[in-house]
Amino acid sequence: MRNLLRLGYLLPVVLILIWGLVVIIHGEDTLREKTFTLLMFVGMASSLNILLGYTGYVSFGHIVFFGLGGYFGFYLLAQHDWSLIPASLAGGAMSAVIAGLLGVAVLRLRGAYFALATIGINEAARAFVTNFGPFGGATGLYVNFSVYEAYGGASQALWSTFTCLWITALATIIASALVKGSRFGLGLMAIREDEDAAMVMGVKAPQAKTLAFMISAFFPGLIGTLYFFKNGNVEPGDAFHLHMSIELLVMVMLGGQGTVFGPMLGAVTYEGLRGYLLTSPLFKSLHLAVSGLFLLIIVLFVPAGVVGWIRHRLPITRRLLE
Amino acid sequence: MTLLQVQGITKRFGGLQALSEVSFTLAEGEILGLIGPNGAGKTTLFNVLNGVFPPDKGRVIFRGEDITGLPPYEVARKGIARAYQVVRPLNDLTVRENVMVGGCFGRGCLSLGRAAQEAEGVLALVGLLDRADQLAGSLNVAQKKRLELARALGSHPYLLLLDEVLAGLNPSEITAMLDTIQQIRASGITILMIEHVMQAVMTVSDRVIVLDYGEVIAEGLPQEVVNNPQVIEAYLGDPKMAERLLQG
Repeated sequence: MRNLLRLGYLLPVVLILIWGLVVIIHGEDTLREKTFTLLMFVGMASSLNILLGYTGYVSFGHIVFFGLGGYFGFYLLAQHDWSLIPASLAGGAMSAVIAGLLGVAVLRLRGAYFALATIGINEAARAFVTNFGPFGGATGLYVNFSVYEAYGGASQALWSTFTCLWITALATIIASALVKGSRFGLGLMAIREDEDAAMVMGVKAPQAKTLAFMISAFFPGLIGTLYFFKNGNVEPGDAFHLHMSIELLVMVMLGGQGTVFGPMLGAVTYEGLRGYLLTSPLFKSLHLAVSGLFLLIIVLFVPAGVVGWIRHRLPITRRLLE
Repeated sequence: MTLLQVQGITKRFGGLQALSEVSFTLAEGEILGLIGPNGAGKTTLFNVLNGVFPPDKGRVIFRGEDITGLPPYEVARKGIARAYQVVRPLNDLTVRENVMVGGCFGRGCLSLGRAAQEAEGVLALVGLLDRADQLAGSLNVAQKKRLELARALGSHPYLLLLDEVLAGLNPSEITAMLDTIQQIRASGITILMIEHVMQAVMTVSDRVIVLDYGEVIAEGLPQEVVNNPQVIEAYLGDPKMAERLLQG
């Protein structure tokens, strides 16, 4: 816990804390919706970073955990009348369990093979959900409007959902910092640099990787439940966008993989940019092409991302940006 | 006291008999040199000893415990550390963090704080203390070799496997490294070293084992081994090497 008090870990936590508070105090609906999307991506990118940045495994399947966990949480909300908090925690737990089971199989693969397997998982998950009766098949699920009564009306429910998401984003950043500053995190980074050498040094790579995969999957499940609850419905097309997985990778790489602050910065920057592109008449159907170009430029010229680049150029900032 | 007993280790890779019936023992506090021509199976033997591959036959007894076929991370926790021939620094971590990985996950199983403290001592021993906060990727070859050593030592091993730590070093670096190896032994760590720099292995080892085509062809004091006709024959494919051996 002492590690969490390092300046570089506190900065992102404090920023998110203040940001959420300002939005809640301000109490304006459009600002809340905008922040909801941004914080959602902050949480998604930061959780992906635990696998991608610390452990060095490139996953194109992060959105699967958002979809499956979200589906499960939403199913409990809509069909079994669970309330929001336990349902979203259950969604997260479900994602973590699925990651644990998948991890046993796919984490044996390395490099490009692992990345390919995760694409397969995304398609398999979508096909499964589309044909799974209890999850409503191809039409999906929706909540009855009366559910919002329990939260003091629809408007109040949206605010509660926002608060939950804000806390989730905070928890993700804190988890990311805790992992990075721990013995477990050091083991993950050793795996990232050279898995075989790490094992010879005593790092229990299979267990450590699986645990990292589970932690990284937990938060998307939680966020998914909150997001679908806010929307009031869920359908397979919404839940498993492969391009979202790719955009999450861009966010992490843009901000700086392997840092706590980077994915958050990347998520906000990329989402901001995407918002602009989607509304500009010239780029509105080209925004994915632009993100592809972005990824290419990052990989070629700033592989360490913005935060990594700044840390490298200005050593003085290293204490502040971790 | 016997620290390590290797009994009849056999390993095949498809049609290649990499090791056949390799047996030897290693006493506590000893430096045992492992030599042999290229492809003799020296590195494969290391890989079997620290669990990278399980052997097809045979047993490895370490401190009275059968460790045959344990995964590498379990072997590391029992107290066997290894420095690689081709250096494998964790490039994006600092020198200190590299050593801490050894401390945290090796036999010591230290906490982060303790590992950071202990890393200082180990880095001082190998002469890298002033580079502790540099990224490991930025070191030169000689420094990376020392880092390999520091990382292995960081785990407080009973047994250190050194795979050609002298290769690629210049003569003065070799002398310095040999000093360090002697200091490590003096601190009570047993060493099994693969080495091609014959002069060096002959001066520093208590005993030498010679492998050829996966078999132990000679074992004994350095002087006995170099005069063994079979050993000379094994090296004859490389007459210069045989000459160097004879000088040793």
